[in-house]
Amino acid sequence: MTDHTDTATANGQTGAPLWLLAELTYRCPLQCSYCSNPLDFAGVGEELTTAEWLDVLTQARALGAVQLGFSGGEPLVRQDLESLVAEARRLGFYTNLITSALGLDEARIAALHEAGLDHIQISLQASDPDVAAAVAGSRKAHEKKMAMARSVKAAGYPMVLNVVLHRHNIDRLDAIIALCDELGADAVELANCQMYGWAHLNRAGLLPSRKQLEAAEATTTRWREHLAERGREMRLLFVVPDYYADRPKACMGGWGSIFMTVAPDGAVLPCHSARLLPMAFPSVRERPLREIWYDSEPFNRYRGEAWMQEPCRSCDERHRDVGGCRCQAYLLTGDPAATDPVCDLSPNHHLIEAARREAEGDTRTARELTPRNARESRVFCRA
Amino acid sequence: MNAAIQGTSVCRLRPGWRLQWEEHQQRHVLLYPEGMVQLNDSAGAILGELDGRRDVDGVIRELEARYPQAPEGAIARDVHDFLAEAAQQGWIHHD
Repeated sequence: MTDHTDTATANGQTGAPLWLLAELTYRCPLQCSYCSNPLDFAGVGEELTTAEWLDVLTQARALGAVQLGFSGGEPLVRQDLESLVAEARRLGFYTNLITSALGLDEARIAALHEAGLDHIQISLQASDPDVAAAVAGSRKAHEKKMAMARSVKAAGYPMVLNVVLHRHNIDRLDAIIALCDELGADAVELANCQMYGWAHLNRAGLLPSRKQLEAAEATTTRWREHLAERGREMRLLFVVPDYYADRPKACMGGWGSIFMTVAPDGAVLPCHSARLLPMAFPSVRERPLREIWYDSEPFNRYRGEAWMQEPCRSCDERHRDVGGCRCQAYLLTGDPAATDPVCDLSPNHHLIEAARREAEGDTRTARELTPRNARESRVFCRA
Repeated sequence: MNAAIQGTSVCRLRPGWRLQWEEHQQRHVLLYPEGMVQLNDSAGAILGELDGRRDVDGVIRELEARYPQAPEGAIARDVHDFLAEAAQQGWIHHD
């Protein structure tokens, strides 16, 4: 994501949160079974008001944040989005809208442009309406996304298309990339589904096979060559699923290193999944952002390397991968300080192998997975 | 677009990308969709001269006037090397 960036801990000092992800709401018209929102989102408290968000933006900018993502849920649900964008841009943020495109229309595209929005990222679920409907639970969404993607390009925005890949759409990758090309995307994130939130719940029904994954990588390579031959500047970012890696990712460049999420209710998190961890995160409603980032216990807990266990503690690669992902460690082992089991040096790596085997035996269709909606979420609120 | 950059080429930042001085980082950064390049002083100075009108020779003349202590030819070399790299990275377009 960020090039040439020192991680906060490289010199033993905490750096600035260069990235702010503003999750404006957990409300969303779609029901994607791989959503990374918390399972119990329906039980999360009142959303921050416009005035509270404006204050968050001001505080974050003063801390040095410069990349800003408006996300959710679906951020377009918030009718104050345009005024938040305008203030963010005035403060000097590079403003990214991360959206399903539902809730977008020509008037809002113009209003957001007027407000100074820099970039729109639209999610696509598939290359055709049938698969898209099975995945996201809406028949009309696909057509709407196509129309809005064209309008976004016509309005002169740079456009990134994000496609979450899983076993139900990955075999159609060729058609998906062709569609993105035709829509005029500047970049495409082919993001293999990572197993957090609702995706973790539906894991066995989402994880592709190794054969599917290898075919998708070959398709991507072929497309890169094809695009280069045409001189077409459409970057393809292929995100390998953790469950098929043998070393963990340096999650968020390190805990509390360069990235900060503010959740809809004001909870401040080191990443958008961290809410699933068994720890309480401070809220902007209670403490200044500067204090939360630099001084709060949750943000300091996994900074640096002192918290690491073996095999990370004595491993030469710990500076590079920071021990992997705390959320993944917790979801798989119950211990957030464990080595990310993605690593094949982890004593728990067999859990990843078992999950792959379990997925092989799962015969559910996309439509049979648990949809991410408020009704399903309330089950987890009670638990 | 893939042709080599000449003295008469006009370069501009890729549409939607933004060059910005970051007080907090004490350097120029190049901002783009969900990303940022942290620039050194010379890269920041060169990109700051790309106004979409002046050609590469004009940019070099401007920078030579601003940094008269630079060894002869050094700025021209730096500008050409950097712009070739920037074009290759997709940070700038040129005609």
